[in-house]
Amino acid sequence: MARKLPATDVVIIGLGWTGSILANELADAGLNVVAIERGPWRDTSSDFPVTYAQDELRYHIRHDLFLRPAQETMTFRHNVNQHALPIRTWGSFMPPNGVGGAGVHWNAETWRFLPSDFVLRTHLTQRYGAKFLPQDMTIQDWGITYQELEPYYDKFEYLCGTSGQAGNLQGKKQDGGNPFEGPRSRPYPTPPQKQPYGPMLFAEAAQQLGYHPFPQPSGNLSQAYVNPWGVTLGPCTYCGYCEWFGCGNYSKASPQTTVLPVLMRKPNFKALTESTVLRINLDSSGKRATGVTFVNTSGEEFEQPADLVLLCAFQLFNVHMLLVSGIGTPYDPGTGKGQVGRNYSYQVTSSVPAFWDDKNFNPFVASGAVGMTIDEFNGDNFDHSNLGFVGGGYIGAVMTNGRPILSTTRLPKGTPEWGAEWKQAVAKNYLTSYEPVTHGSCYSYDNCFLDLDPTYTDAYGRKLLRITFDFHENELKMSQYLTDRLGDIVQKMGPRTLEKKPPTGPYDVSKYQTTHTCGGAIMGTSPNNSVVNRYCQSWDVPNLFVTGATVFPQNAGYNPTGTVGALAFWTAHALRSQYLKNPGPLVQA
Amino acid sequence: MNSRLLRRAVLAAVTFGLGTAFAVAQTRPINHQNFELIARGRYLTVLGDCAACHNSPDGTPFAGGNPVPTPFGTMRGANITPDKDTGIGNWSNEQFYHALHDGVGDVRLYPAMPYTYYTKMTRQDVMAIRAYLNTVKPVRHDVTSDTLPFPFDIRAPATTVWDWLFFSPGTFKPDPHKSAAWNRGAYIVQGPGHCGACHSPKTMLGGDQSGKQLRGADLQGWVAPDITNAKRIGLDAWTVQDIAEYLKTGANRFTDASGPMADEIRHSSSHWTEADLKAVATYLKDQPGGDHQAPKPLAASDPRMQAGKAIYEDQCSACHTMDGGGIQRMFPQLKGSPFVQQPDPTSLLQVVVNGTRAVATDERPTGPAMPGFGWKLSNAQIAAVVTYVRNAWSNAAPPVSPGDVGKIRHAGGSGS
Repeated sequence: MARKLPATDVVIIGLGWTGSILANELADAGLNVVAIERGPWRDTSSDFPVTYAQDELRYHIRHDLFLRPAQETMTFRHNVNQHALPIRTWGSFMPPNGVGGAGVHWNAETWRFLPSDFVLRTHLTQRYGAKFLPQDMTIQDWGITYQELEPYYDKFEYLCGTSGQAGNLQGKKQDGGNPFEGPRSRPYPTPPQKQPYGPMLFAEAAQQLGYHPFPQPSGNLSQAYVNPWGVTLGPCTYCGYCEWFGCGNYSKASPQTTVLPVLMRKPNFKALTESTVLRINLDSSGKRATGVTFVNTSGEEFEQPADLVLLCAFQLFNVHMLLVSGIGTPYDPGTGKGQVGRNYSYQVTSSVPAFWDDKNFNPFVASGAVGMTIDEFNGDNFDHSNLGFVGGGYIGAVMTNGRPILSTTRLPKGTPEWGAEWKQAVAKNYLTSYEPVTHGSCYSYDNCFLDLDPTYTDAYGRKLLRITFDFHENELKMSQYLTDRLGDIVQKMGPRTLEKKPPTGPYDVSKYQTTHTCGGAIMGTSPNNSVVNRYCQSWDVPNLFVTGATVFPQNAGYNPTGTVGALAFWTAHALRSQYLKNPGPLVQA
Repeated sequence: MNSRLLRRAVLAAVTFGLGTAFAVAQTRPINHQNFELIARGRYLTVLGDCAACHNSPDGTPFAGGNPVPTPFGTMRGANITPDKDTGIGNWSNEQFYHALHDGVGDVRLYPAMPYTYYTKMTRQDVMAIRAYLNTVKPVRHDVTSDTLPFPFDIRAPATTVWDWLFFSPGTFKPDPHKSAAWNRGAYIVQGPGHCGACHSPKTMLGGDQSGKQLRGADLQGWVAPDITNAKRIGLDAWTVQDIAEYLKTGANRFTDASGPMADEIRHSSSHWTEADLKAVATYLKDQPGGDHQAPKPLAASDPRMQAGKAIYEDQCSACHTMDGGGIQRMFPQLKGSPFVQQPDPTSLLQVVVNGTRAVATDERPTGPAMPGFGWKLSNAQIAAVVTYVRNAWSNAAPPVSPGDVGKIRHAGGSGS
């Protein structure tokens, strides 16, 4: 029997990027806010101080910051004909845990999506005709536009202090920036990071081929910065321990370095950590959330009543929470009916490692997001008429790290995997090799979805989330094309040898690619094509809002966090300016 | 534990409220109508940081019981709510004034209660505090204040002799040759702010050494630095604005506040008026430093300096930067830092061994922290890097030995 706690105005499930931004916005609006976080409290100097944060074995190899699969995991299968099995060691993506969420361990690549990404189906249909898209592709328009989201992208970037070079200021193209980006209202808050040698060499080669290289927007800051909420970040030291790690230098934008210092001072905000929300409770009508039930580490259950419930966990867990709470209709791939779990998607990445004799890349001078990129082959920035696929991605020379363990695995094909010859090859290639990447979109399909597993349950007796997903031909062709274009650039950089590594099916859930899972509770224009409306409000339960990449109808060719952060501010604005004045559906179904 | 309490005075504690002696004393009816007086009293309790000792450990305002560690033992702040039995509800205004002005409450007070400073306060100000305290919620909370070990537990001879040696009651007298701001600053520093309680050197018995006010003092695991206008180790490089910003926000272009001063800023000076901040700064800037000769800096070729430099570049330079310049209002500047160059390196060692967290204020909410290096570096390594920092970039201060580090390590952390 759950102990009932005093009611609060707002309960937030998950205290990562979106949870902390919304908590701060709603606490500023005078509401009492309680955030419930499954993982522990995390603070820069106590939990990932500079004295030991740079520990590749502990954090990368042994996954110290991440959720333990024994606590919660999901099952996986490639298609509906297979029996899904539980993921017992994280591989393809890294589910976060703890205060700060994935904002603690991200690389801090802080992109905006293209204007056409938000109206994808309309755009592609208009340009190429309705028959151009594969039959089973279920992409759709978001229901909001880039223009509407722009002020909130701006807010998130100024919260983070993002370092970058504008390419389009209010419609005016800017030298040195991304010529394809949507218009931005003002420049980045801080200038781009300094570029290491590899990205500079890449940019030179790309320019010679007629492309427009620009610095990747980075949440690892080029200089100290005080954000609009008064929180100070230090400059990045290029230590190269970003993704998989917390930043000990206060220089990577994260909830810890941008929001929590102000949020935690607010008397009307409370964070409950190491407390797992088991379900969202509904009243007898099923149309109104009454709060949540959670369990602490002692196994004691509590009910936290609230007027407003914000589902701000990681993408996969948001969908799981909806399903185990019986909110909305689960998607049925057989009939195409139901929305919860539909349009689960991912991203498709590739790389071209190359080897030189006469270059020194000093790979340890690195940051998770420093690099030079081109956007000629992202989204629909290029003509797909004769290519046989849609979608694209950025191509970039990102200098994320030269860490001592996994760096030793970048060796020319044919190198032995151990022994004297391996050692010699590591010594020879550590400084002289480099591996630019492509970061491609992944569109959604009627047979890629999330539902509850019929067989396996979690530590609390709930059915596990089941992932049904595989790459489709469209994505593999797209990534092959991007890899070839990257190959052209790398060739121009003049290596002794290069190796193109395009993805090949099937999707391998055991091999790390990216943590950019998305969809499953997507945004749309009607309850017949989505779980939430354009304000991230549940169609079924109007006092429930869902945040994060969960609401992406399909994935674009960019890292998602910029858009996730922008949507959090967008939702906060809708709550403050509309919902609180008149609680109820913000869009009539 | 509020670390500022570490040395809230020297001999220790507060013994208002034994409650019996004045159980039948009459108090005048309280005038709850006098808003200006009550508001002024409330501000004065902030200036005086009364809450630091007199709140209860769970934060109940003025209910007493907060432990106050002193070199002579741990004492407890008294209940100063208007509760008639366990607080000061039965005290007359005259008794209250007598306590603050003369250090005599129902019995002679231990000078952990900084009456040696409060004696400078005007009667009007003391009465304003009383008026405010009369309005707070009476809390029944019996506090045993007398917790000192022998011989200090025998109150009468100890306190009488101490007062005779170190205490001369007397209200602050303005200096007509100085500005109004200077005089206001002097009043706060010498009176309610009781800055010297931490920052003035003490005798063996914990009295202020005469003629050396504000020139820095040992603070049980920390050093309260020199806050005169002394060159190199004092406030010489700081402008009035720098001092005011530091007291208000916890940070300025040179450094961030941490350790016991973080508590002071959090509870007291971050709530002061702009005028008072500037007044205190004006007064401090006019206080002459002692006759400090800068020691000759260690040569760069000294093996300790060479080892220290290597450790500094590996362990420290990411935040404090290669040239010791730091990052403004985030990572303190070490180059030219008075904190770094104090003759006594205790605070610096405390920070390096145990780590520390800067104060977070409304203006500067970040509260960055330095992790402790005690688990990671040996005594010899810490001695080398601290010696280096104290003698690099034109800094100059006596070298630190591994034994000095060992003492701090042995004492355990009170930093973060």
